[in-house]
Amino acid sequence: MLSYLIRRVLMLVPVFLAVSVVIFLILHFIPGDPVDNLLKVGSPPEARAEMMARYGLDRPLPVQYGVWLGKVVQGDLGTAIVARRPVADLIVQALPHSLRLGGLALLFSTVVGVGLGLVAALNRDRWPDKAIMGGVLLGSTMPSFWLGLILMLVFSVWLGWFPVSGARSASALVLPVLTIGLGGTALVARITRVAMIEAAGRDFVTLLHAKGLSPLRIQLRHVLRHALIPVVTILALRIGWILGGAVTVEVVFARPGLGTLLIKSLSQHDYPVVQACLLMLAIAVMLGTLVGDILQALMDPRVRAAME
Amino acid sequence: MTALLEVSGVSVAIGALPLLDGISLSVRRGQILGLVGESGSGKSLTAMAAMGLLPLIGGRVTAGAVRFDGQDLAGMTEGQRRALRGRRIGFVTQNPMTALDPVQRVGDQVDVVSRLHLGLSKSAARARTIDLMAQLRIPEAGAVAEAWPHQLSGGMKQRIVIAMALAGDPDLIIADEPTTALDVTVQAQIIQILGSLVRDRGVALLLITHDMGVVAQICDRVAVLYAGRLAEEGPVGPIFAAPAHPYTAALIGCIPQDGMAKGSLHGIPGAVPSARAFPPGCRFHPRCARATPECTRDVPPLLPRGVGSAACFHMTPEAG
Amino acid sequence: MTARALPAPVRALRRPMGALAGGWLLLVILMAVLAPLITPYAYDIQSLKEAYQPASSAHWLGTDEFGRDLLTRLIHGARTSLSVSGIAIFLSVLCGMVLGAAAAWFGGWFDRAVTVVVDLTWSFPEILIALILVAIIGPGTTGTMVAISVAYLAQFTRLTRAQILTLRGETFIEAARSLGASNSHILRRHLLPNALAPVLVSAMLATGDAIILEATLGFFGLGAQPPVPSWGGMMSAGSALIFKAPWIIVFPGLTVAVTVVAINLFGDALIAELDIRNRMGGRA
Repeated sequence: MLSYLIRRVLMLVPVFLAVSVVIFLILHFIPGDPVDNLLKVGSPPEARAEMMARYGLDRPLPVQYGVWLGKVVQGDLGTAIVARRPVADLIVQALPHSLRLGGLALLFSTVVGVGLGLVAALNRDRWPDKAIMGGVLLGSTMPSFWLGLILMLVFSVWLGWFPVSGARSASALVLPVLTIGLGGTALVARITRVAMIEAAGRDFVTLLHAKGLSPLRIQLRHVLRHALIPVVTILALRIGWILGGAVTVEVVFARPGLGTLLIKSLSQHDYPVVQACLLMLAIAVMLGTLVGDILQALMDPRVRAAME
Repeated sequence: MTALLEVSGVSVAIGALPLLDGISLSVRRGQILGLVGESGSGKSLTAMAAMGLLPLIGGRVTAGAVRFDGQDLAGMTEGQRRALRGRRIGFVTQNPMTALDPVQRVGDQVDVVSRLHLGLSKSAARARTIDLMAQLRIPEAGAVAEAWPHQLSGGMKQRIVIAMALAGDPDLIIADEPTTALDVTVQAQIIQILGSLVRDRGVALLLITHDMGVVAQICDRVAVLYAGRLAEEGPVGPIFAAPAHPYTAALIGCIPQDGMAKGSLHGIPGAVPSARAFPPGCRFHPRCARATPECTRDVPPLLPRGVGSAACFHMTPEAG
Repeated sequence: MTARALPAPVRALRRPMGALAGGWLLLVILMAVLAPLITPYAYDIQSLKEAYQPASSAHWLGTDEFGRDLLTRLIHGARTSLSVSGIAIFLSVLCGMVLGAAAAWFGGWFDRAVTVVVDLTWSFPEILIALILVAIIGPGTTGTMVAISVAYLAQFTRLTRAQILTLRGETFIEAARSLGASNSHILRRHLLPNALAPVLVSAMLATGDAIILEATLGFFGLGAQPPVPSWGGMMSAGSALIFKAPWIIVFPGLTVAVTVVAINLFGDALIAELDIRNRMGGRA
């Protein structure tokens, strides 16, 4: 298991390098020069050249990449061009907010989604199944920024239960978590339902019935356990999906976080900050797949056997 | 002595589709009944009906009754039926490769039966499991109990499944093609194990198979199923000496003889009709050399013939 | 004529859910096509003294901050949103099928390279990919279109590749090959047509997701630029006014949700009619 883990982590290195090249390159194709934003209109070309040199923007691309990557690995994410502060500071400020939001939304989606999928599968093709699947479909088809705004309108403005925006209190987390979570819930509920139905049709389940176990015990202890394997796999693969939801929802609820930072720096053409945000999201996605693989190995002895 | 399992005139349908038509058979303690037929003839469905597990596959008994130890299954509560399964009726499935839960250690899967039905403690159940596994000639039973299903061979898994069927100390074992998925050498071992269970423990065995060779080897009685109907039923000796039904004769003809090349196995031409397209009259008539216009029109009744019974308008005369 | 002989979309319409969903979709498409002919007002005529009106008999869905009729803008918005999403997915399917088929057919390093890139993109959320791309290309309908089609490219490449790999081993392909058919003939005449049904159905479902994505980009102000109405753009404008005039944002959002639900329900009906559930690449 340990050797597998080490190998699995080492496999992330080339992926990380590939992602970093892509992120580095993409940002250089973005039109709009940050230097222009900093210079006063009508500044002499010498001032511009001096500015380019100061941020290393005058050197060839591969050199810029090498310098950038070298610093990134040491935790130096550069200086934000607009905010004129170390990017790492901005990230360190934003990250906890996004992690809390994303983590809670993931937890919510998993718990509620598995619960709903379980109830739907146990009542296959009867009304609870149809009601849950209908609701889940509806939940997954609303744009998350819109759902967030409507929830804000109803619960914050009309009912006054939660703060409208910001991140000052724990209750300010409720609506954002719900907004992201409902989309994730739909995904999890669907996978759980299908996986349960698929698992319930397997041979060994017939034998469990023939052993005289109660149907509920069979469903909960055996069928659900099997259904959770694909749920975990897909959830881990789509962890970025949750983070993507967080980007929009942070903006809607005016919460500090990676999403807000990303959107803001994108509009200000602040390369170093955008690069850092994307790197963080990429790392989160990679860690997600890693955790997914590990969980899968813990849940399924066949996967463990395949590793050795 | 009365029959332990008695299936009388049972018809089964899945949804609106009738699949079994008036099946009757019975097994006593210490006896082995072979239930034979090609795939699609309704053998597994009969087994599911005998265990009261038809709802699992969306099926139901539309006529007749299944009685276990004199009690009608239909008259029991689901809880009572569940108390029979695993405790008094042990089940051995067709494919040991898929019969075990892949994410549970095999020992735990056997333990649960005696813990549930015999109320044994965790350690007592494990001791019983290891004892049973040893009786089934599983080497290093203690270690095997800790193994995952994927670590075991097919024959070993089938022994585990049999141990599971035995763990509740049952009176009846239903084995649904227990050797089909296994190597020839392992097949013989498993058949031998099943035969010795009946001899040593006095259990009743309903052995479902498509192999008349296995029937000849260990069964006391045989019931031949074709397209959801009983073709012939009776003691093995007389039936093998002179099968009354042409289908039985054809199945016996399929047994590979010693010294016969593998390719020369003469199967029966054609295939079992699908339940959606059962032919009228005798369902075997499209594949039958003896078929007459009568066979295409009327359903042959199951009539006594010697010590058994058969359903054919053109029965072969009894031997002797 | 038997039911079986009818084309699958028509048969899907004969199911109750399929009829309901298909009916709504036809209505929305029809309105989008006929927008200038059927709308009571022009979408860009401002009338500040009529601003912020709730629903009335003159303005069925009310007016926006410039006094423009919301129903009119919603119908014109359907034009923008549906065409942008539709064309984007069409491009995506086209490129995805070529890439996926080529990867499956040629195998080797090309297949491995495609698979790695596709898997990598697939684990990143479409919205992030689209946001970055729009930032590169620049906001507007073209930028949105390209961004959406690239964001979904991975999905169709994956699906087509899987379809071709499955079909390749089947008997009728082996038969064609043994009859001496050329590689490109088999690919064009046998493999692609057979892979088409699942790909087309999932293209339809993806169009639903693309509508949401288009609306989200519009919300960030990166979609169709004013005064051209799009559902996302209307919601973007409405979000600032949500407390003052919630109807400005509520109706476009509902329209998006109902349309996407309809696409999903119709897709389900199609999947059932075509009997391709197990070939949909894990769609739950």
